[in-house]
Amino acid sequence: MHKIWLIIQREYLTRVRKKSFIIMTFLTPLLLAAFMVIPAWLATISDSEDVVMVLDESGLFADKLESKEDLKIIPIAAGSLEQAKTAYQETDYTALLHIPKLDLDNPEGIRLYSKKNTSLQVKFRLENMLEKEIESQRFMASGIDREMLNKMKANVTMTTVNLSESGERDSNVWVTSGAGIIGAVIIYFFIFLYGVQIMRGVIEEKTNRIVEVMISSVKPFQLMMGKIVGIAGVGLTQFLLWVVLSTIVVGGVQAAFDIKPAPTPIEQMQAGRDLATGEESAQSEKASQADMLSEVSSAISNLNFPLLLGCFLFYFLGGYLLYGSLFGAIGAAVDNETDTQQFMFPITIPLIISFIMSYTVVIQNPDGPVAFWMSIIPFTSPIVMMVRIPFGVPASELLLSMGLLILGFIFTTWIASRIYRVGILMYGKKINYKELSKWLFYRV
Amino acid sequence: MSILKVDGVTKRYANHTALDNVSFDIPAGCIFGLLGPNGAGKTSLIRIITQITGADSGEIYFKGEKLRPSHIKDIGYLPEERGLYKKMKVGEQLLYLAQLKGLTKDEATARIKEWVVRFEIKDWMNKHIEDLSKGMQQKVQFMATVMHEPSLIILDEPFSGFDPINANLIKDEILRLRDNGATIIFSTHRMESVEELCDNIALINRSRKVLDGPVREIKDTYKTDTYQVIGNGQLLVTSPDFEVLEQHENHGVFRASIRLLDGASPNDLLRYLIQRVEVHSFVELVPSINDIFIRKVKETYHA
Repeated sequence: MHKIWLIIQREYLTRVRKKSFIIMTFLTPLLLAAFMVIPAWLATISDSEDVVMVLDESGLFADKLESKEDLKIIPIAAGSLEQAKTAYQETDYTALLHIPKLDLDNPEGIRLYSKKNTSLQVKFRLENMLEKEIESQRFMASGIDREMLNKMKANVTMTTVNLSESGERDSNVWVTSGAGIIGAVIIYFFIFLYGVQIMRGVIEEKTNRIVEVMISSVKPFQLMMGKIVGIAGVGLTQFLLWVVLSTIVVGGVQAAFDIKPAPTPIEQMQAGRDLATGEESAQSEKASQADMLSEVSSAISNLNFPLLLGCFLFYFLGGYLLYGSLFGAIGAAVDNETDTQQFMFPITIPLIISFIMSYTVVIQNPDGPVAFWMSIIPFTSPIVMMVRIPFGVPASELLLSMGLLILGFIFTTWIASRIYRVGILMYGKKINYKELSKWLFYRV
Repeated sequence: MSILKVDGVTKRYANHTALDNVSFDIPAGCIFGLLGPNGAGKTSLIRIITQITGADSGEIYFKGEKLRPSHIKDIGYLPEERGLYKKMKVGEQLLYLAQLKGLTKDEATARIKEWVVRFEIKDWMNKHIEDLSKGMQQKVQFMATVMHEPSLIILDEPFSGFDPINANLIKDEILRLRDNGATIIFSTHRMESVEELCDNIALINRSRKVLDGPVREIKDTYKTDTYQVIGNGQLLVTSPDFEVLEQHENHGVFRASIRLLDGASPNDLLRYLIQRVEVHSFVELVPSINDIFIRKVKETYHA
C-alpha cells in the first residue's frame, strides 16, 4: 500500500507541476471570461457609434423615424441624392439611407449607402422601422388602427409540470436537459483527455525502458493502478480549480464591467421574436418573459442537487476508471503512439455513440428503451445516465446501473492488468487481438 | 554459504523453452558471472530472481528461504535496457526509486548525499535526466541500483555504454561493494570483459546450464598442459614426452606451443629446451573462459 501511494504521488506531482497543466488550468477560466467580456464589449462599441443620415424623397417617413439611444437618425432636409452622398462622405457617420419616391404597395428602390460594410444589426433595425411604418400606413389606408392590431395578437407560452408521486413540480425542459448534458459532456471529455494521458504515461515508461527497473521494485498492478489513480487526482484537481477560478474570474468580470450574464437560450429566442414582431410588441411580452425567468429559476431550484452532484462524481470516477484501465492496457500493448489506433477504435466507439445518443435520442425520450439500456450497460452508462438523472430515474434502475458499472470496472481492470503485465516487457512485436486474448491467460 | 540457490528452474513461453531445469549455487560475497550468448536464457533467469516473472517449475532460495516479495528490498537490479524518467530531476528520481525499495525518505536522502560525494555529481541533482549525457545517466542508474545497499546486486551487461574511464569507476565500485559484503551477479555475453573480475561463473547455452563452478577450478579442469615458448635457435623436438602443436619461425626467432605428455612436468620441458635453444619466454597456455565456452558449446551441439 505504501508503494502504490508513492507511485500515486509521483504521477500526480509530476503532472501538476508541468507547465502545460498550469497554463491550461489558468488559461481556461480566462478564456471563459474573455468569451463573456469581448462580445459584450464589442456590443457597447458598435451601439454608441451608429449614426444614419436619411434622405427621404417620398415624404412618407418625415418625423416618423425616431432616433434611438444607440441609433441616431439625422434627416436631410432636401437636396439630390448626389448632394447627400457628398455630404455623407465628409462625415464619419455609419450610413446614408436613401428613400426614393415610393409606391406603398410595392416599396422598392430603398438603398443604404455606407463607407464600410454596415452591420447586419443596423440593416435589420432600419428595415424593421421602415416595414412597420409602411405597415401602419397600409393599415390606416385599410381602416385598421395599430393599437387594435396589437390587442388581437396572441402569445402562448406553456409551463411544463412534472407529475409524480411526490407531487407536482414545475420543471423546465431547458434546465433539466441542460443540467444533464453539462454533466455528460464533462464526463465524456474527462474520460478522453485523461484516459489518453494514462496511455501516454504507460508508453513513456515503456519507451524509456524504466519499466523493468520499476517492476523489480513493485508489482505491475501497483504501477498501473498508481498511475490511474494519480492521473484521476490530476483531473479532479484541474476540474475543481476550473470551477473555483471560473467563479472568481467571471464574478470579478461581472462586477468590474457590470455585464449581464450571457443570454440564455430562452432570452435569445425572445430576442429573435422581438426582431420579428417589432420592438413595440416586445413591451407586451415583458410580462411573459418575467414569467419564464421565474420559471427557469424555480426549475433550477427544483433540481435535486445533492443527488445530481453525487451521481456526477460517481459516474465521473466510475467511467474514468472503467476506461482508464483499458487505455493503460493499450499503452502496454504497443511500442509507440502511432500503433495505438487499431486498439483505440473499439474503446472510443461506445464513448462517441453514447455521447451522440445523449443529446439526440436520450434527451428526447429519457425514459425510452434506448435510454434505459444505454444507461444500464457500463460502457455507455457514465454518459447516458447523467443525461437521464435530472429527468428522474427510479432508484432501482440507478442502483442497477451503478452496480453494473462497479462490476464493469472490476472486469476491465482485470483484463487490463493481465494485458499490462505481459505487454510492458514486450518490445518490437506487432500485437493483434488474437495475441492480446492469449495474454489474458498467460502464467507470468 | 550460498546466498542464492537456483534449483531445477524451468520456464516455458508459448513457442520456446527459455530455461530448462537450470540449477546452480551462488556463494555469498563473490562476484558471479552468468555467461552465455544472446538468447541463452540469462535475462529470463534474472527476471525470475528479481520476481518480475515466475518459474514454471523449480525453486529459488534466497539466503536459504524460498524467494518471496519481501526479498525485493535486498536485491538490486540493473537491467540491460537502461531507463529513467526523462522529465524527472536526478535527486527526485533517486529518492523515488530508493523509497520504492523500502527506504524511508530520511534514509534515502542521507544515502543520496553519500553517493553524490563519491561520484562527484553534486551539480546534477537539480538537472532533468534528459539533460544529462548518456554516461551520466548510466551513473545515476547505477546509483539507483545499489542505493538501498542490497546484499545481492544483479548487473545485466553492466559495462555497455560506459566510456573506459567510467567503466573503471564502476568496476572499482563493484569491487568495493563486494568487499563490503555484497554478492554481485554479472550477466553478459562478452565473457572476456568479466573474466578477470569473476570468482565463480555459470555458463548457459540454449536454455540449459552448460557448466558452473569457481573460475580457478574450471580453468584447471580445462587446461591442456600446453606451454608457449619463444626463443632463438633451431627448435626440433624429438622427445616422445612432448608434442609440438604449433611452430613458427621468423628471422631466427621461433614461437611454439608444446604439450606435455604422460606425466612430464613443465620443468622437464624447460630442461629439454635449454639444452637446445635460447629461451626468452615460457608461459602456460591457460584457456580463456571464452575458449572453454566454445569448446563446451561444440560438445553440446555434437552430443
